Amino acid sequence: MNTTRSEGDASLLEVQHVRKVYSSGGTEFEAIRDLDFRVSDGEFLCIVGPSGAGKTTLLRCIGGLLDVTSGSVSLAGARVTSPPEGMAIVFQEYGRSLFPWLTVRQNVELPLREKKVPATRRAELVSDALEAVGLAHVPDSYPWQLSGGMQQRVAIARAVAYQPRILLMDEPFAAVDAQTRAELEDLVFSLWKSLQVTVVFVTHDIDEAIYLGQRVLVLSNSPTSVLEDVPIPLPKARDQLRTRSLPEFNELRQKIHRLVQTAKRTMIT
Amino acid sequence: MNTLLRRVLFAVGLPVILVTLWWFVSAGSTSFFWPPLRAIVETFPETWLSGRLLSDVVPSLVRLFIGYGVALAIGIVAGVALGLSRTLRDYAEPTLEFLRAMPPPVLVPVIMLFAGIGDEMKVAVIALGCIWPVLLNTVEGVRAIDEVLADTARSYRLSVPTRLMTLVLRSASPQIVTGARQSLSVGIILMVISEMFAASNGLGFAIVQFQRGFEMPEMWSGVLLLGLIGVILSVIFRAFEAWVLRWYLSIQRIEQRV
Repeated sequence: MNTTRSEGDASLLEVQHVRKVYSSGGTEFEAIRDLDFRVSDGEFLCIVGPSGAGKTTLLRCIGGLLDVTSGSVSLAGARVTSPPEGMAIVFQEYGRSLFPWLTVRQNVELPLREKKVPATRRAELVSDALEAVGLAHVPDSYPWQLSGGMQQRVAIARAVAYQPRILLMDEPFAAVDAQTRAELEDLVFSLWKSLQVTVVFVTHDIDEAIYLGQRVLVLSNSPTSVLEDVPIPLPKARDQLRTRSLPEFNELRQKIHRLVQTAKRTMIT
Repeated sequence: MNTLLRRVLFAVGLPVILVTLWWFVSAGSTSFFWPPLRAIVETFPETWLSGRLLSDVVPSLVRLFIGYGVALAIGIVAGVALGLSRTLRDYAEPTLEFLRAMPPPVLVPVIMLFAGIGDEMKVAVIALGCIWPVLLNTVEGVRAIDEVLADTARSYRLSVPTRLMTLVLRSASPQIVTGARQSLSVGIILMVISEMFAASNGLGFAIVQFQRGFEMPEMWSGVLLLGLIGVILSVIFRAFEAWVLRWYLSIQRIEQRV
């Protein structure tokens, strides 16, 4: 289980016995029972689980957008209680995470202005980020003038320009078509390799998780705990066709699929 | 260009028909209270363009703009505060409902007691009436801010001022503008009413003066002028709206096409 985080590198993100209970008007709902895992610096971790497994809740807890009921989340040793520095989140709802009254360039630039990055450096970061996601030609368009896939690219460019240490992605490609999805997967994968950023990628798509991750965390149904931590020993160079037709890929898919099915069944009992 | 022409024709079509109708129906009128439109139009320039424009129209508009401006400022600031804080909302809502239900003209005699019969009274009446639409719409607009967008702003650690300007006010701007538009028409009504009570100048004052002096064509010309001012203000407002909400209106157009 420890194969992928050998190398002795320190863990960047530590999720320790996190429990999250929502309570409203006397009724309590235990979304997360006990989640405990570490993410090392530079790792690409995918989290899969059946729908309703509290994946988004978990990501919001990690992102400091939601308080944990007990346990703790730490980033680089510092406890996360509000959105920490050096963390960027890409949400599933790209259309709702971009400011519609700002142009593509302004959207990417806004967090950098807040970080007080000097203007020349800012312009550089913005154009590099737009270049990296293949949107150098539309800086002055508004997000709603772009297709869904392009909007998500803007959100990714914003995250990239922010230069985070850790990038959280919450089912970022669940709402785009299959073709675009494959393109965006390759984009994120190549960005991860070139930027050496740590990525925590939540998805309900098992293939996507295996394709992208160095490690896949399979979650149980709600109340959530870690069902299994699956290392992905695939070659680091990924290719949509070749990687996905490897026999190892198929084995991993079957294994994780069975785990998710088990998770679903445990819900019924 | 063709569609623009059509839109202009559509916009002025009905007024042209109504005015023509008025013109011919009233042409032979001998009634003292219903003078021919021709007589009204003839008295218009001498009544309004020689002196009264400065002595009556301008003071009225100045009061309107000050009262309206004060209402917008307070309405938006209070609306944002109420929209963001649930506690504040629970605390203030019953009071606001009560105040809103009170017709502003009723306040004129009351306000006269402490603000006198000068400009302060009129500005206060206009402001008190105008505040509700903009305040309540702002509250709704702020409450409806998209959660994902708010989370995005938080996760990128945008500062409070930036969040207020870039997220809250911009998100709520469609509703704020709707409220401001309603407030403007309330403001025009209150401008006239406040001047009818106790005033020494202003449009409402002039119209009442004419009526009391049995100067019927002059009185009617004042009514026409008020209508024209209303139309002009609404055209200006629309231009402002189109500019502030250009992103929002464009999105709506795209969504309608789909």
